[in-house]
Amino acid sequence: MSATGEARQGVGVGASPRARVRPARAARRRVSLGQGLLYAVTGLILFYLVFPIFVVIPVSFSSAKYLQFPPPGFSLQWYEKYLTRSDWTGATWLSVQVAAGTALLATLLGTLAALALVRGRFWGRDLINAFVVSPMIIPSIIVAIGIYFFYARIQLIGSPFALVLAHTALAVPFVVVNVSATLVGFDERLEYAAMNLGANRRQTFLKVTLPLIRPGVLTGALFAFVTSFDELIVALFISGTGAVTLPRKMWDGIRQEIDPTIAAVSTIFIVLSVLVLVSAELLRQRSERLRTAIPTQVE
Amino acid sequence: MVVGTRAAAAPTNATEGGSRTEPTGRLGAVGARVVFEDLEKRYGDVAAVDGVSLDVAAGEFLTMLGPSGSGKTTSLMMLAGFEIPTAGEIYVDDRPIAAVPPYRRNIGMVFQNYALFPHMTVGENIAFPLKLRKVKKADIQRRTREVLELVELPGYEARYPRQLSGGQQQRIALARALVFDPRVLLMDEPLGALDKQLRESLQLEIKRLHERLGVTIVYVTHDQQEALVMSDRIAVMNRGRVEQVGPPAELYDAPQTRFVASFIGESNFLDGRLAGIEGGVAQVEAPGVGVLRARLGEGLASGTDVAVTVRPEKIVFAEEGEGSDGLNHERNELDATVEDVVFVGEMHRYEVRLTGGQTLILKRQNRAGVRRYERGDSARVAWHVADTRLV
Repeated sequence: MSATGEARQGVGVGASPRARVRPARAARRRVSLGQGLLYAVTGLILFYLVFPIFVVIPVSFSSAKYLQFPPPGFSLQWYEKYLTRSDWTGATWLSVQVAAGTALLATLLGTLAALALVRGRFWGRDLINAFVVSPMIIPSIIVAIGIYFFYARIQLIGSPFALVLAHTALAVPFVVVNVSATLVGFDERLEYAAMNLGANRRQTFLKVTLPLIRPGVLTGALFAFVTSFDELIVALFISGTGAVTLPRKMWDGIRQEIDPTIAAVSTIFIVLSVLVLVSAELLRQRSERLRTAIPTQVE
Repeated sequence: MVVGTRAAAAPTNATEGGSRTEPTGRLGAVGARVVFEDLEKRYGDVAAVDGVSLDVAAGEFLTMLGPSGSGKTTSLMMLAGFEIPTAGEIYVDDRPIAAVPPYRRNIGMVFQNYALFPHMTVGENIAFPLKLRKVKKADIQRRTREVLELVELPGYEARYPRQLSGGQQQRIALARALVFDPRVLLMDEPLGALDKQLRESLQLEIKRLHERLGVTIVYVTHDQQEALVMSDRIAVMNRGRVEQVGPPAELYDAPQTRFVASFIGESNFLDGRLAGIEGGVAQVEAPGVGVLRARLGEGLASGTDVAVTVRPEKIVFAEEGEGSDGLNHERNELDATVEDVVFVGEMHRYEVRLTGGQTLILKRQNRAGVRRYERGDSARVAWHVADTRLV
């Protein structure tokens, strides 16, 4: 990577905390009316976006028998129900498996596709790129109907494997976009250098390219996992009775038994999503730190 | 740069390290001969390299010099194996290599932006080619240490490239390119990103390293000064072709084309027609100026349009008798008017206008006893026939 490229990245993530604090403090001293207004509006928007989530969390600890806000008292009964009923735990476990399979397959395919789409010089490249990314834009319901008719014909309805395949199609764009972003800033001369030093194409990819695009690959994998884990619409169509995922189970639950178990599951869901995003960020920072680390002792 | 490193590593020297049973890897002990044969590279209708033939002797320092788009880097990329020639062949020690993948060529390369692996330490960067060659761990450590001493950065193994200055990164890139004993070393504008002073000191270091190691170096640059300082021979490239190949002094003093004359150093050109040849001296009629005499170029017939070229520092003001030996027939002398004078430190740079309207540049050293001409002064300019070329 070029020195300037690294420097650019360094400003964002590698800069020392001390260097970042100083200008922030200086700015706080000079908060004007306009800035105050900006902060207030921003705060309101954030509150509006996050508020529904904060409703779900107290309801999940409710002592009431029905969905009710504000909750009359505190209880862990709904968590107990979620954890002890096999239809809930089974759906959760299936979702984890499907999401893991999706993440694995989508990361593999998406990374390879990104390599071809960023590096390749071939006819129809932009067209293929648009095609690969299209599941991000096309309404899920349309994708779901298409997949449903196709899978029904080849008798794949109700199989976890079918869910992995369908979710992979939805998740690949996230991997392609993330990996492409790291590849665009990638200095190909590093690969030239590796080959010049004696590394064949496979060795070059494993020892130079992959370590350097790893943040993009990992982020893509996590996005793929989450895409599958909270996917409902396709699951509604193709999970049948044999492969009920957690979102599908929640959907069924809210229609059939209106009790706060849904809220408990939702809360767990939220915590899990936050954990995934935080770990994605930590992974990225760690790889960034490794790359920019300043060893304290030099022999 | 430490020149004695290799000698110190000889088996007789017992002070350095205990278990030195085998002699160290002789870094590029013998350079290889490199031959380009009618090399061509086309992208559609555009010829980036259009029939380049070059013979680089074993152990030679050859520079490919030219402006951007002249095909010098593309030629280097074909030698490294990153581009496949459309036609022609490349030989390293008589072995054709155009079809050999880059990772099997065993040719070292230093890139303009250094291309150090940012996720590896200096030590890991240098060990990279050795690990791929399955060198034993103890040997990797020893050779890394030695090559770091060679580039005067001993003990830098644990640092990361981004902790180093540009000049240090360049030395590490050089160390990495040399550590696996390549017989040919390629350098693609390696000093382009450095400031002038550092560039000049590294030029001399690379030159000394070359003399010390004996590796064949093919160097690419657009900086003519760099080419003149470092090279055994320079190949001047233009539009995908080699315009002229020769030692620096030959290219400077006897350019064969107008491009070479103008690209290396500064040159004056006076257009005219070759009127005849007298005693091996070309007589050129220049409009409004008269007959100029020049050393005869090759393959020029009477009646052809030519340009007379002379370097600015070879021209003197004739009235002072500066350098004059009274043999008028060995000099071209012309009337002129001083148009402009610029002071550039060690010299004054004059622009004078001839009677035919053409302008000439001449340079005079800044020292006592040399008369300063002012704008508008009339003067008589003169230069030796031997310093005059036809292109």
